[in-house]
Amino acid sequence: MSNTVRKISIPIISVLLGIIVGTIIMLITGYNPIDAYNALWYGAFGEVYYTGEVIRQITPLILAGLAVAFAFRTGLFNIGVEGQLIVGWLAAVWVGVAFDLPKVIHLPLAVLAGAAAGALWAFVPGFLKAKFRVHEVIVSIMMNYIALHVSNYIIRNVITDKADRTENIPPSASLRSDFLAEMTDYSRLHWGILIALACVLIMWLILEKTVKGYELKAVGFNQHASKYAGMNVNRNIILSMVISGAFAGLAGVMEGLGTFEYVSNKGGFTGVGFDGIAVALLGANGPIGVLLAACLFGFLKVGALNMPLEAQVPNEMVDIIIALIVFFVASSYMIRLLLDRLSKNKRKKGEK
Amino acid sequence: MEYVIEMLNIRKEFPGIVANNNITLQVKKGEIHALLGENGAGKSTLMNVLFGLYQPEKGEIRAHGKPVNISNPNVANDLGIGMVHQHFMLIDTFTVTENIILGKETVNKGKIDLKRAEKEVKEISERYGLAVDPKAKVANISVGMQQRVEILKTLYRGAEILIFDEPTAVLTPQEITELISIFRTLIKEGKSIILITHKLKEIMEVCDRVTVIRKGEGIGTYNVSETNPNELANLMVGREVTFKTDKKEATPKETVLKITDLTVKDSRGIEVVNSLNLDVRAGEIVGIAGVDGNGQSELIEAITGLIKTNNGSITLNGKELSVLTPRKITESGIGHIPQDRHKHGLVLDFSIGQNMALQSYYKPPFSKNGFLNQKVIDKKASELIEEFDVRTPSMHTPARALSGGNQQKAIIGREVDRNPDLLIAAQPTRGLDVGAIEFIHKRLIEQRDKGKAVLLISFELEEILNVSDRIAVIFDGKIIAIVNPKETTEQELGLLMAGSKAKKVGGENNV
Repeated sequence: MSNTVRKISIPIISVLLGIIVGTIIMLITGYNPIDAYNALWYGAFGEVYYTGEVIRQITPLILAGLAVAFAFRTGLFNIGVEGQLIVGWLAAVWVGVAFDLPKVIHLPLAVLAGAAAGALWAFVPGFLKAKFRVHEVIVSIMMNYIALHVSNYIIRNVITDKADRTENIPPSASLRSDFLAEMTDYSRLHWGILIALACVLIMWLILEKTVKGYELKAVGFNQHASKYAGMNVNRNIILSMVISGAFAGLAGVMEGLGTFEYVSNKGGFTGVGFDGIAVALLGANGPIGVLLAACLFGFLKVGALNMPLEAQVPNEMVDIIIALIVFFVASSYMIRLLLDRLSKNKRKKGEK
Repeated sequence: MEYVIEMLNIRKEFPGIVANNNITLQVKKGEIHALLGENGAGKSTLMNVLFGLYQPEKGEIRAHGKPVNISNPNVANDLGIGMVHQHFMLIDTFTVTENIILGKETVNKGKIDLKRAEKEVKEISERYGLAVDPKAKVANISVGMQQRVEILKTLYRGAEILIFDEPTAVLTPQEITELISIFRTLIKEGKSIILITHKLKEIMEVCDRVTVIRKGEGIGTYNVSETNPNELANLMVGREVTFKTDKKEATPKETVLKITDLTVKDSRGIEVVNSLNLDVRAGEIVGIAGVDGNGQSELIEAITGLIKTNNGSITLNGKELSVLTPRKITESGIGHIPQDRHKHGLVLDFSIGQNMALQSYYKPPFSKNGFLNQKVIDKKASELIEEFDVRTPSMHTPARALSGGNQQKAIIGREVDRNPDLLIAAQPTRGLDVGAIEFIHKRLIEQRDKGKAVLLISFELEEILNVSDRIAVIFDGKIIAIVNPKETTEQELGLLMAGSKAKKVGGENNV
């Protein structure tokens, strides 16, 4: 079995195992799994509206997944994607409501503001890691809380006068389009998916084709050798976090300028940033893998909303399945062992 | 004659490479049998087959004449095969006894019976002359002691055949003598030993027979008493090997590297390099001899900009280096074969081809406008792989998967290819076999003959004496003598390295 086949087969087997175990759980708890999966499928692809919503859901998941994967590929664990997403969301909507500009300027400006805010938020843990060797996981977790509460404060006291949400952004800053809405029976699908797909390409380009990507990866793998080769280790650590944070900020932009068109006070985290970790894990930290994993998660999450209505199965069941999939990917050693056994047996049979 | 273990015509393949082909190894009871081969010749693979970690594609394994199927390490254990690994498999925070019984604990009502275990360990260690303190923490005992613990682990599990993987690589000369006497005791007690090594001296000294493998092929088995180091080296490498590096007389020209009053302090503020002065001229190899820890590493790191200097100056062709970044220093014309190839020399997770570009990836033609030019990088990599005889399945193989010698050749290729005015080679042959050592020495001398300056740092006196044109002895952060290799001996150097300034011998004393 070639290495590539093996690499791909682990996530696929994990997904299958997740579904199988999910089925068993449904059987034990007295739900009908066939009805449930039918409802899940219908909830995602049964109507064009649902499919629009699936793609809408996939969009921020791709970007959050890229953010985690990019940092990971360069030796860092950015667990602060959630916080970077929140500040990206805030900044984009802020620029959206604060200015009155023609769309060609307003929209790009709002998008860039979101990316920049995420980048800035990730700069802090990157800088502290580079300068004082503080572990980025600790700092970025803390930065998540700071983002949540600072963003709530700004919404209530700076952008609005004690309101729980901002006004809607004007069309000049929105990613929504009549064309996409009409095509998908007025779902919230927006042009952000193009940005997300472009970012998939950008991540691949940076990591595989550029001088910077070579440096970032080298620093991630071996700081000593990188220093020996004349690279600026600290600058590369910061840069890696900043790029990762920009992806995360863009994930927030998708919510702010696309899905909701406003930003509101949050009682807790959105969860999208944390889903990004699972997406990156399932996608083996590669850009294409992240894209596929985000598609799967988006499909499951949107389709699940239909399960209580049509099959009387609680949609939390899908959260269990997602958790199971993540569990099986994380314990991929188990699957690898299984594959080894199988291929060995096959070879032995072939000999006889 | 009875064989305790036999491996007959073993073949083991990995994707893209045949690691073992037609190798036969037959070990008699009570003998020390050497397994000799270059790095990457397939010794470890063969032993992993014997130990049940790999399954051979072809061939047969027999124990006491009966065919056996060693499907996993437990079977090997049951057959009395024990392995003493080169990198010890010990838990630092456990005691000697705890490490030895790990996985085979004597249990009494759910509790580990440490008292009994300690007694057993003591018995075995006395019987085989392996003095250890059963209660000592592994973290607190010397490397030589840790090796004894490894040996005891195999004996505790009832091993009859002990495999030693390069056991002397980590030991001091004194510990090596002790290990050899342990070997003799083990044999006397009826054990058999397989010694994996590429050190010919050891084989001549302790082994009864030797099986040679080369590039995965079994070459043959020889009685040590009927062979000699030269013959073995030729068999191992597959061609004539010269031990004495022959080279022309050096013709040194202008000074390339000039170090004046260099002082480097370590993190504790201790002056590890202390007002050091040294010149290296074009067309000569200066060897730095010294006991490890006398400032050699810091000296190199200071020259290459990896650590800050506290005082003094380092100039290359008249240009001050100590204020420059590592990259600027490299670009000024320094090539650096680092002491620790895994830490500094390679990004092990990169492919060997990517590693070849480590010093040049950012420059045209290897990249343009911030994008890598993969074609040029690959072309250069395949040229270097060819020219420097780096044995790798392909340039896309991760550097981690290559043997030490081939990793080193890749680094040397990368550094020499840039044609630096000064080549710094720190321990360039550590852990390598005679073939690779010869190759590397030739390359260093070639650079010298091209009119480049070479600075060689080594803890192997033989290497220093063979390769250098001048020897600078370093002690306590200072160069305390400069001697001419032709006019000195190992004994004299040894004394100087120990700090004896009694007399300065031979050569120019331009310290």
